Amino acid sequence: MTHARTRTPVVAGWFTDAPGPDFRLLGTRCTACASVFFPREDAFCRNPGCTGGELAEVPLSQRGRVWSFTDGRYRPPSPYVSDPQVEWEPYVLVAVELAAERMVVLGQAVPGVSAADLAVGMEVEVVPGVLNEDADTTWTTWHWRPVEVAA
Amino acid sequence: MSGDIAVLGAGMHPWGKWGRSFVEYGTIAARAALTDAGLDWKQVQSVVGADTVRGGYPGHVAGATFAKALGWQGARVTSVYAACASGAQAIGAARAQILAGLADVVLVVGADAAPKGFFAPAGGERPDDPDWLRFRVLGATNPAYFGLYARRRMALHGDTVDDFAQVKVKNAAAGTLNPNARYRRTVSAEEVAASAVVADPLRLLDICATSDGAAALVLTSMDFARRHGTTDPVRIRAVSTVTPTFPRSVLDLPDIATDSAASVEPAPHSFRASIARAAYEEAGIGPEDVSLAEVYDLSTALELEWYEDLGLCGAGEGAKLLRDGTTALGGRIPVNPSGGLASFGEAVPAQAIAQVCELTWQLRGAAGDRQVSGARAGITANQGLFGHGSSVVAVR
Ligand SMILES: [Zn+2]
Repeated sequence: MTHARTRTPVVAGWFTDAPGPDFRLLGTRCTACASVFFPREDAFCRNPGCTGGELAEVPLSQRGRVWSFTDGRYRPPSPYVSDPQVEWEPYVLVAVELAAERMVVLGQAVPGVSAADLAVGMEVEVVPGVLNEDADTTWTTWHWRPVEVAA
Repeated sequence: MSGDIAVLGAGMHPWGKWGRSFVEYGTIAARAALTDAGLDWKQVQSVVGADTVRGGYPGHVAGATFAKALGWQGARVTSVYAACASGAQAIGAARAQILAGLADVVLVVGADAAPKGFFAPAGGERPDDPDWLRFRVLGATNPAYFGLYARRRMALHGDTVDDFAQVKVKNAAAGTLNPNARYRRTVSAEEVAASAVVADPLRLLDICATSDGAAALVLTSMDFARRHGTTDPVRIRAVSTVTPTFPRSVLDLPDIATDSAASVEPAPHSFRASIARAAYEEAGIGPEDVSLAEVYDLSTALELEWYEDLGLCGAGEGAKLLRDGTTALGGRIPVNPSGGLASFGEAVPAQAIAQVCELTWQLRGAAGDRQVSGARAGITANQGLFGHGSSVVAVR
């Protein structure tokens, strides 16, 4: 008997639930000073020179360029979720510079990408991904994927 | 200078993995600092403890814990926490009390008994805490951020993994001369290259360990030092505890993203550079006046960034300064003559105080085989999680 897991974002409101090409990270933008925040600020604009505006949800650019990257050769501690019975699979972390927002956003690379596949300045795009699964839930996240090797 | 305070005593408990309580380490360091100052504990009017935090809860709250261990005598007490910058905050609080005339003699103590392995956030579900989130969502450990900085330097400035390894070689060599260091043997570049990769491009020997250890200072007013018969003490001339300015444009622990610079132009200098600039400005000196520096080499590559942030060289020239031998013992500006975190491992609340202990011994000409000849001024630099600046200038 198959057991359907619920797909739940690891953090609510940080990205759309749109599949495939419409997937976007979600930030907020101040209506007074146009500063963009990710992770989203919903209470106060953090620009000290701003008199304070409304914070409206805004999708971030889908593509950016690699600012830097690294990988995790050892199992990170909790609250990162991984099965200690399964051999640790290193994954890659990518810091991506978004030109329009003039900010750098960190994320995991899509599975299968290694540090050797990346270079600073390379173009990447944001895609939906799975962080981990437990009995009832598929915890979803965002991944960065090099544009050239898009499969 | 009216803003000066005197360092009358410095003391440490050696770094290591001793398996005992941080209270014991801190008490031993405090007693050593009092002996060094030639003062009795009962003369201390104020105790400032840099908090030992495990699992998000401070347990014994540091200031009063040390006051109790030394024997309750009624002194004013302060406890401070600012992650890796806790020690600088403790020194800053002590200095403010002395300069405000609230106390003449202040004891500053920081001590830790460190857990094994990666630093990790406290347990429970805390999705409103950025430090919890970076582990939950990304598995982004501290070494992951060090790896990002290192790779960025390689791409931007042409640094190599061998440059990084040479930082370890340099600091390990200095550490062999320091009886308080945990690791006291030389390390070769080949050994660094043969150690396991932790966070590409950094290897195990590029990244500092976590340690048990304690450091303490007896700080006094200049008047008290004179009355005590110390006419030419080491003086603390600046304590920089600045925060970043918006927008913060360099990715930093524990952040998942930088601020956006879309509407406000970032300051021309990074947060790390601004920490040192504030210290220099307050001290009325510049990088050209510095005889030595103690910087937070959480990773080898990060030490090279500090060279640039302290103004010891221009942007991107850190590796060249290292290759020239400028920052080694015997060079023009030795950096981490103590052996640095590479030789100590980090004991969070003690580390920024230990940096000032090293400045004190160097400026007194009492650093033994690792003495920087003719040392007149020194600077420490460090930064605590979430944007706590930490830099101290001491002179003689
Ligand atoms: Zn605003």
